[in-house]
Amino acid sequence: MASFLQVKNLTHVYSAGTPFEHKALDSVSFCVERGEFIGIIGHTGSGKSTLIQHLNGLLKPSSGEILLDGQDIWSDKALTRQARFRVGLVFQYPEYQLFEETVYKDIAFGPRNQKLSHEEIDKRVREAADFVGIPEDLLQVSPFDLSGGQKRRVAIAGVIAMEPEILILDEPTAGLDPAGREEILSNLQRYRAAKNATIMMVSHSMNDVARLTDRLIVMNDSRLVMDDVPAKVFDRAEELLAMGLDIPEITRVFLRLKQMGADVPSVYTIDQAVDALRKMPGGMRHA
Amino acid sequence: MLKDITLGQYFPGNSFIHRLDPRTKLIFLVVFIVALFLAVNWISYGLMLVFLLACICISRIPAKSFIRGMKPLIMILAFTAILNLFFTQGETVLVSFWGITITLEGVIRAVFMLVRILMLIASTFLLTYTTSPISLTDGLESLLGPLKKIKVPVHELSMMMCIALRFIPTLIEETDKIMAAQKARGADFESGKLMERVKALVPILVPLFISAFRRADELATAMECRCYQGGDGRTKMKLLRYKLRDFKAFSAAALLLAAIIVLRNFGL
Repeated sequence: MASFLQVKNLTHVYSAGTPFEHKALDSVSFCVERGEFIGIIGHTGSGKSTLIQHLNGLLKPSSGEILLDGQDIWSDKALTRQARFRVGLVFQYPEYQLFEETVYKDIAFGPRNQKLSHEEIDKRVREAADFVGIPEDLLQVSPFDLSGGQKRRVAIAGVIAMEPEILILDEPTAGLDPAGREEILSNLQRYRAAKNATIMMVSHSMNDVARLTDRLIVMNDSRLVMDDVPAKVFDRAEELLAMGLDIPEITRVFLRLKQMGADVPSVYTIDQAVDALRKMPGGMRHA
Repeated sequence: MLKDITLGQYFPGNSFIHRLDPRTKLIFLVVFIVALFLAVNWISYGLMLVFLLACICISRIPAKSFIRGMKPLIMILAFTAILNLFFTQGETVLVSFWGITITLEGVIRAVFMLVRILMLIASTFLLTYTTSPISLTDGLESLLGPLKKIKVPVHELSMMMCIALRFIPTLIEETDKIMAAQKARGADFESGKLMERVKALVPILVPLFISAFRRADELATAMECRCYQGGDGRTKMKLLRYKLRDFKAFSAAALLLAAIIVLRNFGL
């Protein structure tokens, strides 16, 4: 069976034919299955943002195709519009796109564009607000009176309310305090578990992607350079560092231990590190 | 899409015209426009055109950018040409239909007006293409300096202009981002009746205004942090000084103006 979402040889050139021509994506291909949690990493300007804007049809590929359930989203106008709703995209700093008078109306903007019935919109708004932990009594407040973290969560709810099958987020935790970050990340996991949704998350926090995702896509210089489970990706720590990317702190510690001659495996989460240390000769003594 | 707006964009370069003092270029432009309106016959128009083309060549700005810049103005140009074509009284009737007559005089006048407007626009483009917004406002401030004597806030005005120019690309980028974000939520800007389209702008304009105010606030704070308090006693890092090339340019401008006046009065 064909994958849920397939990206084939996707290439995108900005300002083609002018002196400012710039290739932002260079034959990128990958597949996404239902229910996966995928992390996208890469340094600034590596093509991550351009890539995700293709997945819901905001940008048109210069060449290559994007297949949703085996159908090219650009083959038909109705399919392109469908892709907008089936693939929900949350931009960086999404709180800057809030515009309505009340939180309720703002979350309802997406479902209203889907031309759903009033009852359905109401159900979805309340459900989405609940997923992101916005209490009922805040729904009638102006979104501009909320705190930064709350605004961000309302903006994410605005996309979740469209019930996309794939939810893509561009650095959803950028600029938040640790509590705010934790809140959003656990909301996402809850949403995924409840709806069996696919989530793709662009992030610069290697600790977060190492902990949460099933698979990592690494972008470098407009190309897809790695596509594997986090363990395999972080095994190539030196390559990541050479690309100017970070690795989880604990991976860094263990890498250094290995360089110092200790017989330790590669790890990328704290839990694995604890396990590894316990298994070491004499490791149990201190546990 | 919005990024394609090239109207008045600065093209960095190092040609003779790029290196001229911005004040020279501003005065030059004024002289050129005056000459353009004084020019009455083919010879003087030809002279102006040759002069302008020579300047464009010296500036090494590709002719394509001039043509691209003119595109948004096609409607105005066509409108002017057609008005002149139909509503000029004259002796030599070329065609006459449905009560409209086109005369030879009308055709000539239409061509004249078209060439005049094209040269007007091209010369203005030449100024903005070869002068960075900052040096342009610097030049303007210096030229308008005498007005300070009669309490015109020249420095503040030029600072405002400078900030406005600086933020045009930023706001365009911001608009692009907001539009993409609202499209991702299914907003539709391309179809629907007029009222629906106007309504569709609300989700763009509200966030855009909010972010513009936020940026203004941040900029004001940043300026205050650096003790900015207007033009009094403020010195410049880059002092404007006329050089030899500026005097060459002034001579050329004076010669051009003189030639046009002579051609006008003696009808050569």
